[in-house]
Amino acid sequence: MGKEWGELSPDEKQEALFQRWLSPKDPGGNDLKFQSPEAEKSYKERITRIKDAIQLKKRPDRVPVLPLPSMFPALYSGLTVEEAMYDYDKCSTAFRKFVLDFEPDGHMGSAQFGPGKFFETLDYKLYAWPGHGVSAEHSYQCNEGEYMKEDEYDALIQDPSGFFSNVYLPRVFGALEPLQMLPFLPGILEIYGVAFNFIPYGLPPVQAALKALMDAGQEALKWAGAVGGIEGELATLGFPQILAGFTKAPFDTIGDTLRGTKGIMLDIYRQPDKLLEAMEALTPLMIKMAVGAAQMNGKPIVFIPLHKGADGFLSDEQFKTFYWPTLRKVMMGLIEEGCVPFPAAEGGYNSRLEVIKDLPKGKTLWMFDQTDMARAKKILGNTACLLGNMPLDLLSVGTPQQVKDYAKQLIKTAGEGGGFILANGAFFDGIRAENLKAMMEAGREFGVYG
Amino acid sequence: MSKKLVNAIADMREAEALKLVNEMVEGGSDPLAILGAAREAMGIVGHRYEEGTYFLPELILAGVMLNEIAEMVKPQMAKAAEVKRHGKVLIGTVEGDIHDIGKDIVVFMLDVNGFEVLDLGIDVPPGKFVEAIKDFKPQVVGLSGFLTLAFDSMKDTVEAIKKAGQRDKVKIMIGGGQISEEIRKHTGADAYGKDAMVGVSLAKEWVGAK
Repeated sequence: MGKEWGELSPDEKQEALFQRWLSPKDPGGNDLKFQSPEAEKSYKERITRIKDAIQLKKRPDRVPVLPLPSMFPALYSGLTVEEAMYDYDKCSTAFRKFVLDFEPDGHMGSAQFGPGKFFETLDYKLYAWPGHGVSAEHSYQCNEGEYMKEDEYDALIQDPSGFFSNVYLPRVFGALEPLQMLPFLPGILEIYGVAFNFIPYGLPPVQAALKALMDAGQEALKWAGAVGGIEGELATLGFPQILAGFTKAPFDTIGDTLRGTKGIMLDIYRQPDKLLEAMEALTPLMIKMAVGAAQMNGKPIVFIPLHKGADGFLSDEQFKTFYWPTLRKVMMGLIEEGCVPFPAAEGGYNSRLEVIKDLPKGKTLWMFDQTDMARAKKILGNTACLLGNMPLDLLSVGTPQQVKDYAKQLIKTAGEGGGFILANGAFFDGIRAENLKAMMEAGREFGVYG
Repeated sequence: MSKKLVNAIADMREAEALKLVNEMVEGGSDPLAILGAAREAMGIVGHRYEEGTYFLPELILAGVMLNEIAEMVKPQMAKAAEVKRHGKVLIGTVEGDIHDIGKDIVVFMLDVNGFEVLDLGIDVPPGKFVEAIKDFKPQVVGLSGFLTLAFDSMKDTVEAIKKAGQRDKVKIMIGGGQISEEIRKHTGADAYGKDAMVGVSLAKEWVGAK
């Protein structure tokens, strides 16, 4: 009994996804067995704390604290990033130690390290990573470029999957270059001549690419097992993983890794209509990506890293014309299906606050970095939950006392009345552990609501 | 005609600007006059960026237009244009970091403001900065870095400059995503720039220009 998913309101869907998160299942589909009653209690308390902060219906018992690292867990255990990328067990062990030592109210899992062998198998040209263009100790970096050419907008708009399969992915994965030869699938229509379509699959280069895909898939399975395994184990110990999945603002989808920064900035002037049309075409795909993940993983929060809409990148007019409309559509699409969009506004969003407040109450979680948190609270505090913004310079080269002072003030302004999660403002690699500890302590010391 | 060209470029009307340049080249205009107009337009673009009406798209398009125009007049050029420069700036993204867009904007703004800039590119080891200081003899060194790993690379670069006995010969400014006064102190640099405009005024201050 009970309503079908399609009959539920967005509120009910959000509640349903939170409830699924609160009652996790093991890989066999049975109720997850916690390692102790305390662990189960802590697990549910932590999620409830986060849920209350997000929904803005009541204050949580205290401000949730989320240390959200990039490569830090590896460095904290004395591993290089390279080791964490190539030895999944070492990576999981290091991640477990990070969570158990810092006792966060939630974590984002260990997927950020990625499987080095997988990237090698497919020859991932889009990025440099330890051992492949970057030193062992450092994080991966993106090799910016125009991987989608200026005259390929129509191809992307008319057939995104075909464009990705036959044009774009062969450019960014060296091992998949031969897939440019794959057949045009919508031409496979009837028995007459059908076999001609399949000739590419008989060609040695294409077969090599398919073999690489199979090897890569096996490695991906192995890695996913490790990532899922540590996530499950940490849940049984009382620590929830907060993310269902991720998606992107259509402007960033095109501007980050398709057209590149230079490409998309020129497109704003040279072909604005095509750019707008392409972003509209991508919008339902960006929504689908996230909603599917939320359903599969049984939790509501969907991460959206925001890049090119930050202060200084675009004028107010350009932000309102090119960046915001499709981002808002994606966020609303997520909200309609009960997801909680979690955009991370890297850089500053001080000039964007008045624009982004146009969203329903209690449905979004905004991570802020160099944005004025007092102003953000004033403008967005009635509609959105704020997360952040412990600065990286303090965490990296500051003192524990500086961190605590900052946290105390931040909790006072941004934490007023609830709707706030204490966290770092941007994702961190090498910071001082004692500073992170100080942030955790500050949350517990100053974040309890009267 | 020159005035029309200046405005077309400064107002981001690329097609019109290129059409005008084409007409001027075919009409036998002095290539230096064309480049002069382009440079004047760049000055306006830089000014509009400073006052907050132009942003990244305009800087990028301006740079592209300048290159296109330079290519169009190059065949007509008898000799390289002599432009008076009032200072030299050495700049690069520090070791381990391959981000360059911010650095490129600073380079553009410095160039537009009359500096001679040597851009060492990305992932530049400390030793390369030291070598370039010896050869290029800049008054100002700019270190760019976007990732937090750059904090230590910047510190190492400043150390290397000190060890090479060059520290008192140059002023060092740093900039990038997470750079702040805290980081400046950590690295031993003289100043940090929150954005390209601050970088330009620091450079101007240090070479004594107005």
